Amino acid sequence: MRIGVLTFPGSLDDVDAVRALRLAGAEPVALWHADHDLKDVDAVVLPGGFSYGDYLRAGAIAARAPLMQDVVAKAGGGMPVLGICNGFQVLCEAGLLPGALTRNGHLHFRNRDQALRIERADTAWTSDYETGQRIVVPVKNGEGRYVAADTDLDRLEGEGRVVARYVEGNPNGSSRDIAGVTSADGRVVGLMPHPEHAVEDLTGPSTDGLGFFTSVLQGVLA
Amino acid sequence: MARVVVDVVLKPEISDPQGQAVLGALGRLGHDSITSVRQGKHFVLEVDGDPDEAELKQIAETLLANPVIEDVELHLTAD
Repeated sequence: MRIGVLTFPGSLDDVDAVRALRLAGAEPVALWHADHDLKDVDAVVLPGGFSYGDYLRAGAIAARAPLMQDVVAKAGGGMPVLGICNGFQVLCEAGLLPGALTRNGHLHFRNRDQALRIERADTAWTSDYETGQRIVVPVKNGEGRYVAADTDLDRLEGEGRVVARYVEGNPNGSSRDIAGVTSADGRVVGLMPHPEHAVEDLTGPSTDGLGFFTSVLQGVLA
Repeated sequence: MARVVVDVVLKPEISDPQGQAVLGALGRLGHDSITSVRQGKHFVLEVDGDPDEAELKQIAETLLANPVIEDVELHLTAD
């Protein structure tokens, strides 16, 4: 199973994402934003960081990168895509996910271990979890406040497209405690917290994050 | 040469914590008459030849602003 990790100028967590994929049993493939070459990967992870220094809006310029055009086209055909933190911002800016990520309500950068509740355990990236499962992974963002029009939020909730919610405290003021959302087909997932930082006891608060990367292996095989 | 100014502000229903922080500072400085601050972005584009208004509108609405959260205003001025 070949899973690409797309690096933009300013990506930070691409190496951690590669490591998490390797630990999950996948073959990680490094992808470069300026190429038009997805290297025959079966799925793509958009990593965290500060692509283009968050200039214009977080994720806005990366969303228009050459390789993102290929990612958008392939995602339309069902290729699984996981956007973490800045990757989530890129997916929203690219129109693959609804809503937008904005400056944290309290204006502080927030960096801590965060409890989440998995709301959807049947997406390409969450099938190794149970619905309602509590996991703890790091969150670290300055522009992580998920917003959308109330009517859009109602629609997303109605369609069951909230993948994970913050529990035991909302770190950034996200609407309805939303930490992650999915596309209508459950193949594209955006998540503000960082599962790739919670894959080993030595370095993470838990190994709860590994499930995102093992889930997709089954999803792609299915 | 034409100059095009594009102003981008958060939609009224999207909360603006940066604007609120500026408002808080104004209150501390004694400017009690200011009741609201909304912070936005101001772009100045210089265009060769006759500006194509439809193209500029598309640029403003698809790159300079995110229509999910922001409103955009275009101002064309010829030199």
